[in-house]
Amino acid sequence: MTPSRRVSRIAMIVLLASAACSVVTLHAIDRLGLQSQAQQTLYVRSPKTLRRMSLGFTGLLADIYWTRAVQYFGYQHNQRSEDFHLLAPLLQVTTELDPRLLPPYELGANFLAPQPPNGAGSPDEALRLLQYGIQHNRDQWHLYYELGFLYFTEFKDYGKASAAFWAGAQLPVTHEFMSVLAARMAQHAGEFDTARMLWYTTYQNTNQPDVKYNAVQHLAALRVDEDVTHLEQLVDKYRQQTGNLPTSMSDLERAGFIRGTPADPNGKPYKLMPDGRIEVQDPSLILYITKGLPPGKGASLTKP
Amino acid sequence: MNSRIAYVAFNTFREAVRDRVLYNLIAFALLISAAAVLVGEISIDVEKLVVINLGLTAVSLFGVVIAIFIGIGLVSKEIDKKTLYTVLSRPVRRWEFVVGKFFGLTGTLVVNTFFMAIGVFLALLYVARHLGKADLPVLAALYFIVLEFLVVCALALFFSSFSTPIMSALFTFALFAVGSLSDELRGFARMATGVQGVFLTVCAYVVPNFSAFNIINQSAHGDGVPGRLILYNTLYALLYSTIAISGAVLIFQRRNLK
Repeated sequence: MTPSRRVSRIAMIVLLASAACSVVTLHAIDRLGLQSQAQQTLYVRSPKTLRRMSLGFTGLLADIYWTRAVQYFGYQHNQRSEDFHLLAPLLQVTTELDPRLLPPYELGANFLAPQPPNGAGSPDEALRLLQYGIQHNRDQWHLYYELGFLYFTEFKDYGKASAAFWAGAQLPVTHEFMSVLAARMAQHAGEFDTARMLWYTTYQNTNQPDVKYNAVQHLAALRVDEDVTHLEQLVDKYRQQTGNLPTSMSDLERAGFIRGTPADPNGKPYKLMPDGRIEVQDPSLILYITKGLPPGKGASLTKP
Repeated sequence: MNSRIAYVAFNTFREAVRDRVLYNLIAFALLISAAAVLVGEISIDVEKLVVINLGLTAVSLFGVVIAIFIGIGLVSKEIDKKTLYTVLSRPVRRWEFVVGKFFGLTGTLVVNTFFMAIGVFLALLYVARHLGKADLPVLAALYFIVLEFLVVCALALFFSSFSTPIMSALFTFALFAVGSLSDELRGFARMATGVQGVFLTVCAYVVPNFSAFNIINQSAHGDGVPGRLILYNTLYALLYSTIAISGAVLIFQRRNLK
């Protein structure tokens, strides 16, 4: 073997060995879990300082911070963490760098408001974010919609929700549903149809598959809540008429209260419990339901 | 244009496009535009904005780096290699040499920007599926970036007419950084009073106003660009470049080349 060939072979062996060792080392570094700690650090919190550091490229920096917020929320959510302490500062930096970037308001409020693990459990921060967004984007009906939605779902303040929808309905470019929502909020705030209308509007007005999926899940949950409420009313009516609780759904059918066996959105029949309550067969399959759950179980909130 | 200036400009252009570093920088800028598509994927609802913001920022920053690193060597390299004496021994005046160098470098940057812009528009087309009237502001942003290069080239040439390449690069980049923050400088000048106020106001007018050329974010949001802004920015870039080139000519005319 010529000397130059020998050197080439040795170099090749060293290269491959180093590559293999570097992979092993990287795995060892990953196992230390330092990366996730690094992700949870926000070194510069001042939007003014960041604006100066960006040399005028604030749009790009805002996109980067929004991406960081999305990644942070997704990571914490996947870890089933209840700690979202960086979410609000990340969104604040993003929106102050580019106040006209709309997704951080629309989606950020939905990240901030719901209770953990579905959100950061900070409806006040979500409210502040949306108010800042409206202040800088007065012509965007989406933001008024999100504000009304927030007042409705998190604060149960139907008057303010109605006012927000109404303000959005007055804009030159708006959605026809806004005035309808404003009116419904004022008169029928607690009804299922009102909530259904809100989620349906959300479904219609987003291109994001995750948001659409979330809206579908809420619509399904509303149907279950409504079905269970209705069926339990029928059970009560049956008891009043016969003096006994029905033993099965067939009793209700024979009495002419229902036709066939009612089923949840997954096609699984509802269960009639011995105490007259109605339950879904598998609560883990239907998210966000508040009714039809076994006693002592809260709303099913296992997925976003 | 004077034929001697055109000749110097053409040769400067030819020399610049032979530089492999230039291709590496353009390739890197194109890579970033392509990467913008991926960045958009890991975010939500900002795919198009990321492509425009990241793509145009890459065009702007890489163009400035190209302008500075080619611009600072234009005169010093000719002196080091002693090729300047060959040029000046022909019927080429010193001012024609400087102006020719400027046009050559500007031409190089316009061609570079053209190729980088194609990369940005291809990435945009991939993300948005179609290009429409709403994307016209991106063209205006690109035009302003070219104006920015014009001023940076003139500054690099100005500093290289009397300083070493490293110092010229430092001066030009520092002025680019300060000029990008000129809005802040004007803000300080408005707030300050007395001698300090006068000093800051003078600084705010002397430093090139690069922030006026940066409409990347507005173009990403699809904002229209007023015709007056295009006119004023064009005028400003031409005037500022003329000032810097005139300064370079004045210094170079008096420079002892022995």
